[in-house]
Amino acid sequence: MPSREQLMKYLPWISTPVLIAVVLGLWNLAVSLGVSQYTLPPPGEVWSALLDLMRRPDVWTVHMRTTLVEAVAGFGIGLFSGVIVGAVLGRVVWLERAVRPMVVALQVIPKVALVPLFVIWFGFGMTSKVIIAAILAFFPIMLNVLLGVRSVDPGHRDVMRSLNAGRWQTFWALEFHSTLPYVFAGMEVGIVFAVIGAIVGEYLGGNEGLGYLVVETLNALNAPDLFAVIILLAVLGYVLFFAVNVAKRLMIPWHESVALKDIA
Amino acid sequence: MTQQGLKTIRTPEIVAERGGEQSSAHASEAETALELVGVSKEFHSRSGSVVALKDIDLAIRRREFVALVGRSGCGKTTMLRILAGLTHPSRGHVLAGGRPLWRDGARDPETVGRLGIVFQDAHLFPWYSVEENIALPLKLRGVPKAERLARARELCALVGLSGFERSYPRELSGGMRQRAAIARALSYQPGVLLMDEPFGALDALTREKMNLELQSLATASESTVVLVTHSIREAVFLADRAVLLSPRPGRIRSITEVDFPRPRQLDVEAEPRFQEIVRTLRRQLDEET
Repeated sequence: MPSREQLMKYLPWISTPVLIAVVLGLWNLAVSLGVSQYTLPPPGEVWSALLDLMRRPDVWTVHMRTTLVEAVAGFGIGLFSGVIVGAVLGRVVWLERAVRPMVVALQVIPKVALVPLFVIWFGFGMTSKVIIAAILAFFPIMLNVLLGVRSVDPGHRDVMRSLNAGRWQTFWALEFHSTLPYVFAGMEVGIVFAVIGAIVGEYLGGNEGLGYLVVETLNALNAPDLFAVIILLAVLGYVLFFAVNVAKRLMIPWHESVALKDIA
Repeated sequence: MTQQGLKTIRTPEIVAERGGEQSSAHASEAETALELVGVSKEFHSRSGSVVALKDIDLAIRRREFVALVGRSGCGKTTMLRILAGLTHPSRGHVLAGGRPLWRDGARDPETVGRLGIVFQDAHLFPWYSVEENIALPLKLRGVPKAERLARARELCALVGLSGFERSYPRELSGGMRQRAAIARALSYQPGVLLMDEPFGALDALTREKMNLELQSLATASESTVVLVTHSIREAVFLADRAVLLSPRPGRIRSITEVDFPRPRQLDVEAEPRFQEIVRTLRRQLDEET
């Protein structure tokens, strides 16, 4: 008799195929009940469109590559700047107070509204998309790091103080480790946002990337291809999120969010 | 806890100095480990200021076991934090081994280095394994990795954590975490152990067991111990002197010598004299309200 814990471990491996089968079943049912094939193509057609798409070399070497580079570069910039700004604002209380209204204002702006502006400033190439991806990734990371820097347990600080720890010793033994889970929480949101930023950027300008492919298939009213591109996007997003999650598992194996073995 | 294990934490110097002789902790040893001289502490907040401690004079002898007892809010934790150098007194002086703990508003690191502190909560670092937690003070002192981890494993054996050296704190029970915190405080042989209700969060049975272990640990490591507790029984059971504090402002209400021979077993609590001391302290505590 397998224990409850073992069952919990294998549960997603059983439930995921079941859920996919249910969705495909409902999808087929909807198509057979007479939903227009222009709006909802049957799963089989989407599947063959996906296979065709994956056989096109330019899908990988141009479009997937472009979106991947934009999202990862934007995420990298967002991560770097988010950690630095978050750490500084977390530590320098007066500065955080001084800039808070501006930060809130920037946060509530729907950032995708800025995309046309960036296209004007930085052209139709990759730069504008990298920047929008970076901005979208920046905010969740920065806010989490700010919270993390402020959330160091005062009891832990007392321990370091009672041990005569110096500034750097306190940073490496305490503050760094204590903030890492917050950094990863921000990264998990940030990587998803970065992909969104890259795609939306591609919607509005340029002729490369999976976002561009979405617009192209839409203009051709080719629903099976549109579905196929969306599936590729989902895979891209999943792979990137998984990469961040693996990094988290390696870096903070002690943390509850890792210990509970939540599925990525 | 094995007797062999206990021996390992003695420094050779101390053993030589004492000639391996054991004596009751408060006999003729006049040497003072810690001293509070005219210490007061006020806390200021928006709603006004609170006098947490007022004119405290207390000298704690070397290898003495002192318990600070009182109700919540009587200033016993503040007193311990002042002894530990974590809180600066508003007035008065703190001396450790005859040297002032504070100089020009800064703590004397050498003096602080001879104090070991165990908090109410174990405050282990969740990102370090048990042995890394115990070895942390040595790491900060620059002891090489192999050496400090070997010492941490010795201490694990001493406090009954063998087999859990590589575990993370979250995998330990509350009692085990507190043992690890004690081992961490002992790792650098501080000479003085300051403990703030270290077993307060444990169940009664575990607590009794930990008290017995603490007693033998204190004797074996020849430490001076200051223990904060709100339990009169615990104070009388463990201490050479029980210091009763009364609140608002926190003052020393009484100091009671407890001279039952050591090692004390749990049945000492059944002795009429034990119960009489507890009753007296209880009455003093009740007079306040």
